[in-house]
Amino acid sequence: MSEVTGKTSVRCHVNGVEVTLNAYPFARLLDVLREELDLTGTKEGCGEGECGACSVLIDGELVNSCLVPAAQVQGADIRTVEGVADGERLHAIQRAMVECGGAQCGICTPGMVLAAVNLLNRTPQPSEADIREGLAGNLCRCTGYMKIFDAVVQAVKER
Amino acid sequence: MSSDKNIGKSVPRKEGRAKVTGAARYVDDLRLPGMLHGVTVRSPVARGRITNIHFGEGIPWDEFTVVTARDVPGANYVALILNDQPYLADAVVNHAEEPVLLLAHPDKYLLEEARRAVRIEIEPLPAVFNIEESLEPKEVVWGEDNVFKTFLVEKGNVDEVWNSPDVIIIEGEYRTGAQEQLYIETNGVIAEANSEAGVVVRGSMQCPYYVHKALVKLFDLPEDKIRVIQTETGGGFGGKEEYPSMIAGHAALLAWKSGRPVKMIYDRAEDMVATTKRHPSRTRHRTAVTRDGKLVGMEIDFVVDGGAYATLSSVVLSRGTIHAAGPYNCPNVRIRSRAVATNLPPHGAFRGFGAPQSIFALERQLDKVAAAVNLSPEELRRRNFITKGETTATGQVIREDVDLDGILDRAFELTDYQARRERFARENAGARVKRGIGFASFMHGAGFTGSGEKYLQSIVGCEATAEGQLRVLAASTEIGQGTKTVFAQIAADALGIDYDSVEVVQPDTADVPNSGPTVASRTTMIVGKLVETAALQIKETLKGAGLVGDTFTQDEWTRACAEYINTHGPLKTHVQYQQPGDIEWDDEHYRGDAYGAYAWAVYVAEVSVDTLTYEARVEDFVAVQEVGRVIHPILAAGQIEGGVAQGIGWALYENVVWRDGRMSNGQMTNYIIPTSADIPPIRVHFFENPYAGGPGGAKGIGELPMDGPAPAILNAIEQATGVAFDHVPLTPEAVMDALEAAAVAST
Repeated sequence: MSEVTGKTSVRCHVNGVEVTLNAYPFARLLDVLREELDLTGTKEGCGEGECGACSVLIDGELVNSCLVPAAQVQGADIRTVEGVADGERLHAIQRAMVECGGAQCGICTPGMVLAAVNLLNRTPQPSEADIREGLAGNLCRCTGYMKIFDAVVQAVKER
Repeated sequence: MSSDKNIGKSVPRKEGRAKVTGAARYVDDLRLPGMLHGVTVRSPVARGRITNIHFGEGIPWDEFTVVTARDVPGANYVALILNDQPYLADAVVNHAEEPVLLLAHPDKYLLEEARRAVRIEIEPLPAVFNIEESLEPKEVVWGEDNVFKTFLVEKGNVDEVWNSPDVIIIEGEYRTGAQEQLYIETNGVIAEANSEAGVVVRGSMQCPYYVHKALVKLFDLPEDKIRVIQTETGGGFGGKEEYPSMIAGHAALLAWKSGRPVKMIYDRAEDMVATTKRHPSRTRHRTAVTRDGKLVGMEIDFVVDGGAYATLSSVVLSRGTIHAAGPYNCPNVRIRSRAVATNLPPHGAFRGFGAPQSIFALERQLDKVAAAVNLSPEELRRRNFITKGETTATGQVIREDVDLDGILDRAFELTDYQARRERFARENAGARVKRGIGFASFMHGAGFTGSGEKYLQSIVGCEATAEGQLRVLAASTEIGQGTKTVFAQIAADALGIDYDSVEVVQPDTADVPNSGPTVASRTTMIVGKLVETAALQIKETLKGAGLVGDTFTQDEWTRACAEYINTHGPLKTHVQYQQPGDIEWDDEHYRGDAYGAYAWAVYVAEVSVDTLTYEARVEDFVAVQEVGRVIHPILAAGQIEGGVAQGIGWALYENVVWRDGRMSNGQMTNYIIPTSADIPPIRVHFFENPYAGGPGGAKGIGELPMDGPAPAILNAIEQATGVAFDHVPLTPEAVMDALEAAAVAST
């Protein structure tokens, strides 16, 4: 059981693997993923839930892992960018991001990939407005978003 | 050129897979054994004398490494141009957030508590916070007169035109605000340092050799004792041009004193309030135009706010000065410019580097000039566009075919400009949401200004392995724009080998020569040309050894490399930049060929302005430009689209709020950059006109797209609202004030 002052053990699934995390209850999930599990694909952009660089899926919901305390993921199923590809085979959105130029500097890309995966899970045939809305919580400073929209459209076609 | 297999095609980006899978390692993803974390304690006031540093209760200070100005082993300044900026303030501070003290500890949570427990006691001194206060001067805060740098550009004799009875004279004043680069990866480094091995820094940066130069001075060590390695870099836009020298020095000082590796990563708030931003500017124009719309005289007074230290302000001012008269043929021009000091954190490099500021002012002024002579904005431009054989403000004779009329025609055709402008003019009366369409025409010079490239003397290497891999050796960094991909395309086509057999080596000053900084739209055009030349030399070497002919297959290439290396040893070449003989520049009088080549463009913006909420939105955007040859269509379009988005942000959203010299909205929550929901469709069209000085005919494009959006958007807003706004960012509050004032005036 958790104590306010000490670390607690949190059991959850990360990318399909059951793990037991040893973390302060209020440690940010972002830090736990990066530091305890060395899953450094999840990035910190702002630390206040504005930029989406730290997006992960928790039980199928897209969340900013910088705002999630570790204690809250007890029993949860977490998916990070490292769990999006099927082994060596990239997810359609990852292939499309490479082919369409949706990744420039790449720092927003892991979060953007998860946001796009989440969008396609919920809305398999998104309109342009759906795409804009679905990615609006993930900031990109490089692309002006056009090539990311192209990538989502291409991924839809490929699936 | 040996082949054209890759140039002009959108080959897969070299590091694309690593970026979409999360495998790409940025500096914060690295950990070294025994590593400490480092933080900076900064000045809370804008100007004053440090009287005491107080270490609060309840912190185990003996566990901490503490560094002050007294711990600096070499020179306590960031070596750049004037060397006036200290790494750590000693007796005085000149801006808020100026670094005073450094702390390191293994536990980053305890470290943060310790940072908050340090109190820097300062006796305040009077400070200046804007261009007017600096010029007055309200207080002298730098040098003798607060002026970092001035330039004077003279063409013809502008004094003679004002009294001519045949001209109309139009005056205007224009302002632009600070803008945060807001790369999504904040500044960060990891340093190792000791007196035997020297200093090794890994980090996020644009210019490894700038950091190298600064650390040599800071530690007073020989060049070979300093090693700088660029890690995957999450965006720069100029914000990682000069600033990494600061954070690298800080982490290295902590590593030097503690004997352990030190990681220093800024959180977003620190990155926003403490690091560089785009220079705020004020531009005054006085223009003489004939009644039929020919420009005959332009007098331009351009001032940028450099902040507390000189840093790169003189160079930013230079580019802004040279671009201030735009792509127009005017016989009499005087441009007087100044970079002035204030007690704001130093402003620095940001995409466009002074040009967006002066171009914004000019394009707004020309809309005003057009109205004064009853011409449409486009007709005024058409009567003055520069053409081949005519001269720019610095007296540079344009030797290439320039067709700004054709670029304008295409931009108007793609947007159905005339029809939409007429329609909006008809429909706006009585509508709550007003529409408008507008444009800007402009140019952007590629590469360092004037003699800059000659002084840089950039070097690039190429080395072939026995397995037939070609390794490109350059310090030019991949920061998202596609350096690795473009260099590989250029080298592969120079040799006629496969794209996949070219590897562009990660910049590490121990391995790569100094190909100059990754700035100034120079990487593809200037450094890419050196890559092409170096690759061609490898080919000549193999030909000279009788191992290949003029053309060869991939297998023949591989065999030839193996045989050459087996017989003669390493197959490696270095080439150095040679200024083309026809480029002439007079640094003293600021005359001559300012740039080897310019990109030319017309951008069109369509806007809506809601007269209830006063929100202006960009609804459609078309960017047409001539950029020489396009090396990689997707990357090139990505550069334009990304730059346009930053330009839209600068025009409408990105408002740095200053309070007593401190940025008070240093958070993404209240410093707003465009999201996917804010950006209009951006359509990009390239005209190609190969430039002999660039690889495969390419010119630079990185900064160009920052120049056009703001003036095009304000031109469109003028149509929508009838108000000729003269500043950016144009927030809803400013729109409200102007529209309410107009409503009062009309009743």
